[in-house]
Amino acid sequence: MSKLQGSEDYTSELLAESGNDAGRLLQHLHAIQCRYSHIPETSIQQLASALDLPAAHVRGVIGFYSFLHITPRGDYDILFSDSITDHMLGSRTLMDDFCTRLGVEPGRPRADGRVCVATTSCTGMCDQGPALLVNGLAVTRLDGHRIQTIAALVENRTPLDAWPAEFFERRDNIRRADLLLSHAACDSSALRALIDKGADGLFGEIEASGLRGRGGAGFNTAMKWKFCREADDSNNENDRVVVCNADEGEPGTFKDRVLLNSHADDVFAGMTLCAGIIGARHGYLYLRGEYLYMRESLEETLATRRRNGLLGRNILGKAGFDFDIEIHMGAGAYICGEESALLESLEGKRGVPRIRPPFPVTHGYMGRPTVVNNVETFMAAAQIATQGADWFKAVGTEQSTGTKLLSISGDCEHPGIYEFPFGVTIQAVLEACGATDCQAVQVAGAAGFTIPAEEFSRSIAFEDISTGGSFMVFNQERELLDMVQNFSRFFVHESCGFCTPCRVGGSLLKDLIDKVHAGQAGQYDMGELRNIGNLMKSTSHCGLGTTAPNPVLDTLAKFPQIYERRLTQTRFEPAFDLDAALQEARDISGRDDAGAHIRTES
Amino acid sequence: MSSSQTFSLDGKPIAFEDGDTIMDAALRASEYIPHLCHNPEFAPHGSCRVCVVAVNGRPVSACTQPAAAGIEVANNADEIMQQRRSLLQMLFVEGNHVCPGCEKSGACQLQAVAYYTNMLSPHFTHFFPQRELDASHPDTVIDFNRCILCELCVRASRDVDNKNVFAIDGRGINSHLVINSPSGQLGDSTFETTDKAAHVCPVGAILPKHKGYEKPIGERLYDRQPISVVGDVAAHEEDEV
Repeated sequence: MSKLQGSEDYTSELLAESGNDAGRLLQHLHAIQCRYSHIPETSIQQLASALDLPAAHVRGVIGFYSFLHITPRGDYDILFSDSITDHMLGSRTLMDDFCTRLGVEPGRPRADGRVCVATTSCTGMCDQGPALLVNGLAVTRLDGHRIQTIAALVENRTPLDAWPAEFFERRDNIRRADLLLSHAACDSSALRALIDKGADGLFGEIEASGLRGRGGAGFNTAMKWKFCREADDSNNENDRVVVCNADEGEPGTFKDRVLLNSHADDVFAGMTLCAGIIGARHGYLYLRGEYLYMRESLEETLATRRRNGLLGRNILGKAGFDFDIEIHMGAGAYICGEESALLESLEGKRGVPRIRPPFPVTHGYMGRPTVVNNVETFMAAAQIATQGADWFKAVGTEQSTGTKLLSISGDCEHPGIYEFPFGVTIQAVLEACGATDCQAVQVAGAAGFTIPAEEFSRSIAFEDISTGGSFMVFNQERELLDMVQNFSRFFVHESCGFCTPCRVGGSLLKDLIDKVHAGQAGQYDMGELRNIGNLMKSTSHCGLGTTAPNPVLDTLAKFPQIYERRLTQTRFEPAFDLDAALQEARDISGRDDAGAHIRTES
Repeated sequence: MSSSQTFSLDGKPIAFEDGDTIMDAALRASEYIPHLCHNPEFAPHGSCRVCVVAVNGRPVSACTQPAAAGIEVANNADEIMQQRRSLLQMLFVEGNHVCPGCEKSGACQLQAVAYYTNMLSPHFTHFFPQRELDASHPDTVIDFNRCILCELCVRASRDVDNKNVFAIDGRGINSHLVINSPSGQLGDSTFETTDKAAHVCPVGAILPKHKGYEKPIGERLYDRQPISVVGDVAAHEEDEV
């Protein structure tokens, strides 16, 4: 690290480039972390002083994001993706082997400062896992051989650019293309359509298409754009904002990665279109930290679009049509996929969801009217502009027009991206991906729905099973409780901690699932799981808390046997071992006779 | 602006003004909705969730939900009281709240709301977290064991005192209150007992030094009348000091 420029100089440089804008805090922190494997105290002080923020605030932002640290991680910061699908592909054994080879304990930097090995939430490589991140870059298709090689590369201090290139190969794995993926990039045609038809004309096209948000909630896109367009913003000279939510953190989802890798032009065209319709000059792509490796190529795509007159001032020669897009990096926080938390993060703060109302369409980024849409939504909008509303709504169902990209992983022959018309049944999807002997499908990720075989005739659509695209397949051999445990741990890790039910309830839920898993729970605990889950659903501050108990509640209702076969027969079982709790008293008193023990009934 | 608009709170008509939340209107009408992180002097926060009410059957936090004409708000329904009880029990097991030994006992909002909702035990498994006590300041002591993350001190110090003495660090169950000073200690910060932040803590996390247990049990704030009659502890700070 000594050959690098000092962190003090680098921090000053970052501050000089951005004119001391407090909104850039997270971006600076991310940049410093990438270079020095932590944020040195001197940088914290520099940032606090230049951005006029309390140092505790800066530390609070660092403390919120999983990828930021105040102590060095080491030359190689290695994070194993901890999604259930990674587990199913053997990630835990590989990680144990890796740790043994390097002589490290998970989560603790090695004493020589060389390496730190830990786990991280799903990295979006589920179709080519197990995966890990090394200094933020994704390595896929891990196996015993790769692990052995990587351990040697680390020991030999081989720089990342000298690692075998195939380790960093990420495949699109597009297995089924329909409306969106089978069409050529719309290039400038989407924006030409905007200029030809005018903002009103093109808005009418989006409205007629029936397009709904692809993140999972399914809010009508035209209505969102209309609310934003009509929001009073006279104080800001109608400086509205377009945000593309590429914080694809839902475990088992990776379709936005593929869209940004191979269809970024369409996504940016969709954002520009939205800007033209609502009257925005600024756009942001909020890219999850796990997709750092795509940043450079996305910046190049943006630069090309600027050169081609598709971004910047007077787009396609139309006077006053000014719009540009900036990429902001996330830093390891699933909650930032929630749109108001994303806006907080975009402003450089802790990603705590806002109180709503007001909604982002009236009070969004920096208080300005803001449209936040999913990557896939913007891409669909661009294609609709080119191909027309009728083309789009010719497929799908009445309430769910068009197609949906599914990210399929788990127990199937051909994991990858499948584009299906809305209305497709679970069964048809399973057949297409080569899944047999299927026990359950987890649709819409950890926050989604557990679908048993009896319900495979149900369909993917907003009116039935609504999803952002995650589709994880579990065969009959799988222990579904492992999935529930993985998800409950995930939510404890990802809860922002703002509200009581999600912060505390989520932890209680996780502890109870661990208790069931360890074979120490009784019937009483089943009631407790339901009560805590229902409380979280009813009283949490945001969608994370209200959906976090879904996997527990769903499996309790549909797969009660996965719990029951592990229950003890007693009505109540304490969370701790009563007899073991007396050990300290026995040690003090020097007694170890029968009377100094509690007998548990057998 | 019109004060002729009303909504129904457990069947009772409550007048409200434009911009009111359900909590604002209820407080004005002297109707008690249990709460911890809400203090009418500060912008709504909505983190403790104890003020959960059902609006036309849908649970929302009264302190953040805008009042609207004609809505039916359920406040004292059994189901809602049960939810509040569970939320309070969660707060009790998350920290280390040892009421019998706490200086604030009898004048603590957490304890008083717990009594009001008929919470008789913490119910859930205790977390027993390891938290510190900061006695570095000459006049004030902070016992982090009792912090419920309402952020009232954070808000008061930032918005009223313009000092930013407090902040939140960490995430999820590891979220915790921190002090903005070089050493992280209160004694090293710009905190003073005259700060607003010294007088808004609803629990016994921020306490004055050099006195203790001055009021005997039986004469403390909530000893004779419930919190629904007495009101928030912050509103009585002046008589207490």
